[in-house]
This record gives sequence, C-alpha cells and structure tokens, in this order.
Amino acid sequence: MLLAKIVGTVVATRKDPRLVSSKLLIARPMDPRGKAEGSYLVAIDTVDAGVGETVLIVSGSSARMASGLKECPVDAAVIGIVDNVEVED
Amino acid sequence: MAGSPDGRIALVIIAKVVGTVVSTQKHRTFEGAKLLLVQPVNIDDTPRGVTLLAVDGVGAGVDERVLIVLEGRAAGEAIGRKGAPVDAAIIGIVDEVDVHEHL
Amino acid sequence: MQLARVIGTVVATRKDENLHGTTLLLLQPLSADRAPAGRPLVAVDAVGAGAGEEVFFVRGREASFPFHPGEPPVDAGVVGIVDQWDSA
Repeated sequence: MLLAKIVGTVVATRKDPRLVSSKLLIARPMDPRGKAEGSYLVAIDTVDAGVGETVLIVSGSSARMASGLKECPVDAAVIGIVDNVEVED
Repeated sequence: MAGSPDGRIALVIIAKVVGTVVSTQKHRTFEGAKLLLVQPVNIDDTPRGVTLLAVDGVGAGVDERVLIVLEGRAAGEAIGRKGAPVDAAIIGIVDEVDVHEHL
Repeated sequence: MQLARVIGTVVATRKDENLHGTTLLLLQPLSADRAPAGRPLVAVDAVGAGAGEEVFFVRGREASFPFHPGEPPVDAGVVGIVDQWDSA
C-alpha cells in the first residue's frame, strides 16, 4: 500500500455503471515523512476521505477487495485515513 | 500487475541465484520451503531490476541461472502450496539460452 | 518476494472494516547488499514483525492469504522475519 495526500476530487457523469455511487479522489503519493513524490493518481474512496487528509491506498487487483468494490473496474482504492505515521530515525 | 514486483508485465523471467535466506519466524505455509535470493538478468546476463526472493521448487543452487514465475497463483502451485502468500517461485534451472541475433 | 527493513508503523483509526485488527508496517525494500531499493511502502503484518527488523514481504493480493477466510484489501504483506541472508 502507499501513503498519499488527497489533493482533489474528480467528477465524471458518464462512467461505468458499477461506479455510479463512487467518489473519485485525486491523490499524490508521499514518502513516510510527508514529502510528495511521484505522479498523481485517481482512487476510489471507500472511507469518506476528504481533501487535505493523509490516506492509505491499495492498488492493483487488491483494490477490488476493498469494501463495496467487488467486481468493480478499479485499480486503486482509498482504504484508510492515516492518523499517525511513526518512522524510525 | 499482481505478483510482478516492479510492475513489469513479464510473468516468467530468467534470473541468477545470488544467495540464500534463513527465516525462522515465517508464515506457516513456508515451513520447510527453501528461499533463495535471485537477481533478474537480461539476455546478456546483466542485472535487471531489484533482487527478489523466490521459493525454490526445483532444487536450485547459488550461481545457477533459473526460470522464475512472477505470479502468485502459478507460484503457489509450482511449489505445491496452494494458498501460500507467495509471488515468485523458481520453476526451472536454465541449461542454455540460444539467442539468434539476426532474427 | 523482496527483502525489506521495517522502518515504522502506520496508524489509521478509520479504515476498511476488513483491516481491523491488522498491523500496518512501513517497509524500506532492500537489495542483497542492504542498500535501499526503491520507495518505502506500507504492508500488512502476518508474522509479528517490529521496527528495525529485516523481513521479507509478498506483493499482490496474495498478501491477504494469511488472513483467510478474512479478506483484507492489501497489496503487500510481511510473511517472514529474516534471521540472516548470504549473498554472493
């Protein structure tokens, strides 16, 4: 899984019917100390995350194991809102 | 790409066995399995990507060139351990690779 | 699988219901000579690993297998603690 910060939302009216009730978020992956790295990605929200929050994202076929996403055509899902990251020195 | 450690599509690759790993505390499906460190290589034997760990299904040893399957279900079946949390298994020892450069 | 060092933990109170009761570890993948190899990632723990330990982890949905019949939505999981490794 990767850590990311939610930086925006995506609105798509015409989309796969299995995604009709899903919220799409734009996320920027970050390193454990909070520094942004890599390119933006779009992930399906399953935990009611919002802009500015640090989240946990699962990708690949595992994303379909997230709550409510069985059979959904997705490859990234927000599965947790991060309270705290503890990093060793 | 499930099981493809760096996102490449290739599911069977050639690698060189570069080491052995000892682990006492591990998931029970690994009991008795041999874990080897393998370095994926290009056709000309130069290293390609990061070093991986693979479960040995054929009795390979250090310095040998091997075939590795990088896909969970296939890897689990190759070592006869269905439901094992593995993403890479050694499925063959390479005797020789013939490359026809002109093709 | 890949070698890694556990460099920390991640706490998330609000999360997928199938993640409840799991421990989330921060991993730094390692090459055979113990140098960092690629970006840190978050993995679910299946063996009781802790910060500072050297482990190996599996990628893909196979990471959820140790929790069977539970199905946590995870794409990486620690499945062994490494006592030692030798490399040529």
